[in-house]
Amino acid sequence: MKEINSYLCLSGLEPLVIRPETNFVNVGERTNVTGSKKFARLIREGLYEEALSVARQQVESGAQVLDVNMDDALLDGVSAMTNFLNLLQSEPDIARIPIMIDSSKFEIIEAGLKCVQGKCIVNSISLKEGEEKFIEQANICKDFGAAVIVMAFDEAGQADTRTRKVEICRRAYRILTEKVGYYPQDIIFDPNIFAIATGIEEHNNYALDFIEATRDIKRLMPLVKVSGGVSNVSFSFRGNDHVREAIHSVFLFHAIRAGMDMGIVNAGQLVVYDEIEPRLKELCEDVILNRNNEHNEATEKLIAFAETVRAKGKETVKDESWRQAPVEKRIEHALINGITDYIDQDTEEARVAYPRPLDVIEGPLMDGMNIVGDLFGSGKMFLPQVVKSARVMKRAVAVLTPYIEQEKLDQKNNPASETQADKGPGKILLATVKGDVHDIGKNIVGVVLGCNGYDIIDLGVMVPADKILAEAKKQQVDMIGLSGLITPSLDEMVHIAREMKRQGMSIPLLIGGATTSRTHTAVRIAPEYDQGVVHVLDASRSVTVAGSLLNPAQRKPFLDAVQDEYEKLKSDFDNRKTIRQQIAYGQAAQNPSLINWDTFNPVAPAFTGTRVFESIDVAVLRQYIDWQPFFIAWEMHGKFPQILTDELIGREATKLYEDASSMLDQIISEQWLQARAVIGFWPANRVAPDTVQLDDEGRLTQLEFLRQQAKKAAGQPNLSLADFISPTGKAVDHIGAFSVTIQGMDVHIRRFEAAHDDYRKIMLQALGDRLVEACAEWLHREVRIKHWGYAPDENLNNDELIREAYSGIRPAPGYPACPDHTEKIKLFRLLGGEEATGISLTESLAMHPASSICGWYFAHPESKYFGVGKIGVDQLQDYAKRKGMDEEEARRWLRPVLED
Amino acid sequence: MTDIRKLLTQRILVIDGAMGTMIQRHRLDEADYRGERFRDWHKDVKGNNDLLSITKPDLIEAIHREYLEAGADIIETNTFSSTSIAQADYDMQDLAYELNLASAACARRAADDYTKKDPSKPRFVAGAIGPLNKTLSLSPDVNNPGFRAVSFDEVEQAYAEQVRGLVDGGVDILLIETIFDTLNAKAAIRAIKKYFRDSGKQELPIMISGTITDASGRTLSGQTLEAFYHSIVHARPLSVGLNCALGAQEMRPHIEELSELATCFTSAYPNAGLPNAFGEYDEQPHDTAHIIEEWAKEGFVNIVGGCCGTTPDHIRCIAAAVAKCKPRPLPEPAKAETAEL
Repeated sequence: MKEINSYLCLSGLEPLVIRPETNFVNVGERTNVTGSKKFARLIREGLYEEALSVARQQVESGAQVLDVNMDDALLDGVSAMTNFLNLLQSEPDIARIPIMIDSSKFEIIEAGLKCVQGKCIVNSISLKEGEEKFIEQANICKDFGAAVIVMAFDEAGQADTRTRKVEICRRAYRILTEKVGYYPQDIIFDPNIFAIATGIEEHNNYALDFIEATRDIKRLMPLVKVSGGVSNVSFSFRGNDHVREAIHSVFLFHAIRAGMDMGIVNAGQLVVYDEIEPRLKELCEDVILNRNNEHNEATEKLIAFAETVRAKGKETVKDESWRQAPVEKRIEHALINGITDYIDQDTEEARVAYPRPLDVIEGPLMDGMNIVGDLFGSGKMFLPQVVKSARVMKRAVAVLTPYIEQEKLDQKNNPASETQADKGPGKILLATVKGDVHDIGKNIVGVVLGCNGYDIIDLGVMVPADKILAEAKKQQVDMIGLSGLITPSLDEMVHIAREMKRQGMSIPLLIGGATTSRTHTAVRIAPEYDQGVVHVLDASRSVTVAGSLLNPAQRKPFLDAVQDEYEKLKSDFDNRKTIRQQIAYGQAAQNPSLINWDTFNPVAPAFTGTRVFESIDVAVLRQYIDWQPFFIAWEMHGKFPQILTDELIGREATKLYEDASSMLDQIISEQWLQARAVIGFWPANRVAPDTVQLDDEGRLTQLEFLRQQAKKAAGQPNLSLADFISPTGKAVDHIGAFSVTIQGMDVHIRRFEAAHDDYRKIMLQALGDRLVEACAEWLHREVRIKHWGYAPDENLNNDELIREAYSGIRPAPGYPACPDHTEKIKLFRLLGGEEATGISLTESLAMHPASSICGWYFAHPESKYFGVGKIGVDQLQDYAKRKGMDEEEARRWLRPVLED
Repeated sequence: MTDIRKLLTQRILVIDGAMGTMIQRHRLDEADYRGERFRDWHKDVKGNNDLLSITKPDLIEAIHREYLEAGADIIETNTFSSTSIAQADYDMQDLAYELNLASAACARRAADDYTKKDPSKPRFVAGAIGPLNKTLSLSPDVNNPGFRAVSFDEVEQAYAEQVRGLVDGGVDILLIETIFDTLNAKAAIRAIKKYFRDSGKQELPIMISGTITDASGRTLSGQTLEAFYHSIVHARPLSVGLNCALGAQEMRPHIEELSELATCFTSAYPNAGLPNAFGEYDEQPHDTAHIIEEWAKEGFVNIVGGCCGTTPDHIRCIAAAVAKCKPRPLPEPAKAETAEL
């Protein structure tokens, strides 16, 4: 009789059966927004077609399973996952292989499962949040027939020892097979690979713990599979690929023999086990198997060996030998490595050696910066390093400037000797538009362009159109770069483009900033100005754009190509078939979030009215920092703290983090900054579907909200924030508001500017942003526990706070749940205006200083963040009427959310 | 009731043939379809065969009886399109539950009658769950491949309603059939699993039958047979098989492949050949039966029958042809793979 084996069988359009002889399954990992910058960018810009090519390339290079991850704070993960997977289904050459749906958010996993006909792998679930949650999620995976990766993680944390790993996996196995009814072959365990040879003795057994746990798991549960992220193990040797590859090979050799089946590993970079030089192989085995390793003996031997390998290469560590080189080489070294220690004396030496001070800039300094530019362009340097290089450059230029000025004076006095004035490589004017105060990104672009030799004129923030244009003419700049973060800035950019046309200007216009996009530029800005409008995604991109525009041979073809692309984008946009279906506003209002107010007893806050908090302790706020956005500001993408140990950028990320930490120490010990906050609570009820009326000691204020108008699946509400406040006639509810701001930045920023230290300037701005977010997080927690007190027993760690595991929300006017910025005016009036909050509002309703946050507090446990999405004209009209606002004006403020 | 699993290890069971072909023979007009109850319905309903279970239940029951008389062990309810999504074509989405209830009752009456007549040959009613006119893996708009005309949740809901109607109407088996988009089938599976989990009722056996559309050997949504099998086997089905689109001749290599793969029972009910120039099926009953007999002798199948164009005569011939053949034995799981937890 025929026998059928219980293998893990997966499928896309074609089957993938993992048999014992399969050896090792490669999982393609580039379609992961946390791992691939390129993919993340494409998804964020909605360039799904191009994102598909990343997937295709994975399949072509031999991936057997495709990992898809859309976990990015800036993305609506559910819709990104849905869109991408739906499109992927129509590409048979990609859809051929099975999909691994990868997310830390289960709702994204579930959305992915609803798009894929084949048998997927879910990555991952665990006992982290307890058995009940685990069973619930496993049941859903089972209904879809998906195999599951289970992390060796339980309520007590991630397992590091063999015993704990096996214990958790056995427990998960029992639950899955006995309570959920999973087939054992559909279970994949990830027993956590951690770094070894870290110098900490407790870590020495980590590899062996994994290997032995794998062996135990496969012996106790023979049908399950074991997976893991291999590159973690060699993390201590980052930068030394030769040794790392050997460690991976040796590790896999033992792990696969112990039963490891699949994993995320760059197969192209593995050396063949048998071809590793015997001495290195022996050392690797000692370290991996923790043999001959009393008092880190084996670890130290391998480290010593690694040093000899490294010495063979060109990299030298803590080596002052570069001081022996000629001055040009020393300047180059200082620029590339961002070392300011000797730059003053080296520059002076070069000045003496060269005929003219300008020759030093155009010679060794520019040569060095060109190398920096190339390394950055090819991804071999990262933004923080480039900014440090710029600091060296600026210091050197500062040394030379007095001599250059002197020379100019001499020439004036002696016109006969005037040499031909060199026209520099190009002048670029940068400004954050009127009404907007955010400028970290613009500053970074300025530094990077400066590094590439461009002359940067930075007009700062809140710059009106006429000033930008007048200055551009006066300084005869070669192009203008505009930046903005809040949505009203988009309209201001359109306005500037129109003005440029009206004034007959002919220089190109560059558009950048978090709220801008290629599509918006193509559809709204480019049609207003015909001398070239280019959207620049990030600082690294700005260099090539500027280069193309300033090269006479490239300029026209470049602008033509951009124009063609934008015209296509525009026509696609105009002709696009809207997938989303809208329903009438009246109908949407009939479908609110159904909260049972009869059984809900709103908790009254400890006080009503407002309360001001002055000088909040920055040392406390530090504990609440969410670091991931800090790294994103520096164009380093990845999760924190994993980013610190990332194979590619870990080393630079760690340096950046150390610099940030030491600046924070200084901020705290020298009291650079003051955090200020105001909170307020008022009795409130919902008086109309989208209107909340609050009572501020007898003065009634109506807050107006917007409601989702997209057609929803049956049973899904059309949400509005007003839904989370109890209606009139039910118990009296409350609404809260807050503002937080970090004061004292300006003086230090000016100080760093004076010292030509862009690195520390941008660092301080980025930390200011983090501290104000941390302050909002801290304050919200205080509110939940004490001031409103609806969750007095809450006990969450920082990770959980970042994941918003708490009850209640704090949405800000101008953001997706309540996209109208003008409600901010009411919020500030309620909180006591500029005097109380220390924050002023610009004409575009941006907050000044930039490191400020405000928002509403909603306490109902079912309240949640959502995006209003596009609204129809019917809602716009109703909304304008409710607000007593002219329809045209309402249209202007709400343009970004209006159905086109 | 007799355990169908046990019966399947003893002999090959026969499932009935086409319902549509038999209804066509009666040349019904619009008024027949409407009956008294829908005399003033605002849309034409001719062609809504499932509606006949309400307006002409005797006719449907009579067709079931013809197939039972021909020797069918399993008859399918007249519910191929009885979902709110498919019935929306006739604006009859609100009737979905009632259609399933009524159709199940027609089949139930006929089957019980025959079981009573000869208890040694128990008859089973399979609730037919069709593929829908909207698909989850394909975009109806070639210029917009990411678009979907319907969502997974909507499909799952529609199937959940159908399942409730069929179960309330007393079917013995649920049959997800003519699957050309596996994701639709997965929504049906989820609806079934959830229905039984939530209602606490004993889960009914599930039969799953895919459709290989052409010589490429793939489903319409692009999956190979093996990929399809792995995608639905989590339903823990009683049987997996193939129906429709192909005649027995063309279906042979696929049913052979499936019999190698499947850990459960296998089923196959092909069309009466491929359609001729007039779109009619003209393969004769003994021809169909002859090919199916060969499959049975090779040990490919546990359940056989007919799809488009087949008649009670086809079923009679098929039943006679496989009566003496041994059913395909279930493969045994490989040994030494039990956990020692």
